[in-house]
Amino acid sequence: MAASEQEILAGLAEIVNEETGIPTGDVALDKSFTDDLDIDSLSMMTIVVNAEDKFGVKIPDDEVKNLKTVGDAVAFIQRAGA
Amino acid sequence: MSTTEPIVVTGLGMTTPLGGDVATSWAALLAGRSGARVLAEEWAATLPVQIACPAAVDPAEVLPVPERKRLDRSGQFALIAAREAWTHAGAPQVPSERLGVVVASGIGGVTTLLSAYDTLLAKGARRVLPMTVPMLMPNGPAASVGLELGARAGVHTPVSACASGAEAIGYAADMIRSGRADVVVAGGTEAAIHPLPIAGFAAMQALSTRNEEPERASRPYDKGRDGFVLGEGAGIVVLETLSHARARGATVYAEIAGVGITADAHHIAQPDPVGAGAARAMRLALDNAGASPRDVAHINAHATSTPIGDIAEAAAIRAVLGAATDDVVLTSTKSMTGHLLGAAGAVESIATILALHHRRVPPTINLEDLDDDVALDIAVGTGRVLPAEGTLLALNNSFGFGGHNIAVAIRTIA
Repeated sequence: MAASEQEILAGLAEIVNEETGIPTGDVALDKSFTDDLDIDSLSMMTIVVNAEDKFGVKIPDDEVKNLKTVGDAVAFIQRAGA
Repeated sequence: MSTTEPIVVTGLGMTTPLGGDVATSWAALLAGRSGARVLAEEWAATLPVQIACPAAVDPAEVLPVPERKRLDRSGQFALIAAREAWTHAGAPQVPSERLGVVVASGIGGVTTLLSAYDTLLAKGARRVLPMTVPMLMPNGPAASVGLELGARAGVHTPVSACASGAEAIGYAADMIRSGRADVVVAGGTEAAIHPLPIAGFAAMQALSTRNEEPERASRPYDKGRDGFVLGEGAGIVVLETLSHARARGATVYAEIAGVGITADAHHIAQPDPVGAGAARAMRLALDNAGASPRDVAHINAHATSTPIGDIAEAAAIRAVLGAATDDVVLTSTKSMTGHLLGAAGAVESIATILALHHRRVPPTINLEDLDDDVALDIAVGTGRVLPAEGTLLALNNSFGFGGHNIAVAIRTIA
């Protein structure tokens, strides 16, 4: 069964928290990775690789720049078949 | 503007096989406690050497997850020790352009490098994390300390194997001496307890194989010594000029009175058998300090517990100090901490500073049968008390593969 938006958000928030220390509650769908969460490109790539592992999806490097907000990432992961 | 003022130590920090901070480590040194143990990790069972001196406090107990994930273990140790030293120094107010950092490492982020290679082989390039390079580069620990403190006068990483930590203190003193910085945070770090470095050192027959008795394995100057025991951790000091320290009301622990740096040009890994380069380093440090052999009260020797190295250093000490050698109290704190490689010179400089400050020399443990070729007065048992009055001077020796010799002369400040 495909994961729900809430499940993906919760999983992604855990990954972000482990990498950056940002509380999971702050990782909301409308938050920008760079502007709101202050996540740099190295951390972003680490989060992407960990998300691929966790959700069993592929997130191509070209796609990462389009993932501006947490919601973008959650939607992409959901579309990619998690 | 260059200065001829005394350069002093106002902050100390360390995390070692004996304790997660200076106070715990120092108490264990005075108590003659060994930090060595049998390695419980599965990989150790296949190695000829199955003992080491791991850090007493794992960084996981101290640092939050995000900091740990961004730093090699050597960088974690450096950050922990630097924070302690900086706080201990009273967090000096200094313009960032006048604050420097010199944190050495002997080997760099070797565990990061090797585990990333394991990941590459097992899971492919995609799984090699983007922090891999910043974590494995030898200047990573120095850079992270520099970032933490906002140091912009220069951030440096001398690499001279087991002399690295002492070279860092020398480099830091030069930074202040030449006018490049007012305050410098300096020391060394190492985290190389991993099967590959152990296999490599074991192949050189540099390590003790006393696997059954880890606490008795590091035994400098003893006839039964058979190599060093690998340790890990970091030592960091805060240096500034005496007037800078006094102006801000800081506690001054000791003066870095002189540093002697030489090279053997003899062999890539073996010491010069008569210790000529080591002797020159000690002479330079004393000259630099304006001191004579008669002024030396104490030496924290490099003495790693290898058959050849301990003898060469003993010969060098007698060559430099002559008859005054008999009045010098020696110790090798490696008998307790093991050999911290690139951190050794820094941790042992701190031990030397504390020995002068408290006027008490920690013992050399496991010295039961003194080597016939060693004519030195070595503190054993409960250690030794130094004269309660007057200025005291001590040397800390550090030598490294590659023929690097560093002697740091440390003096009490009235």
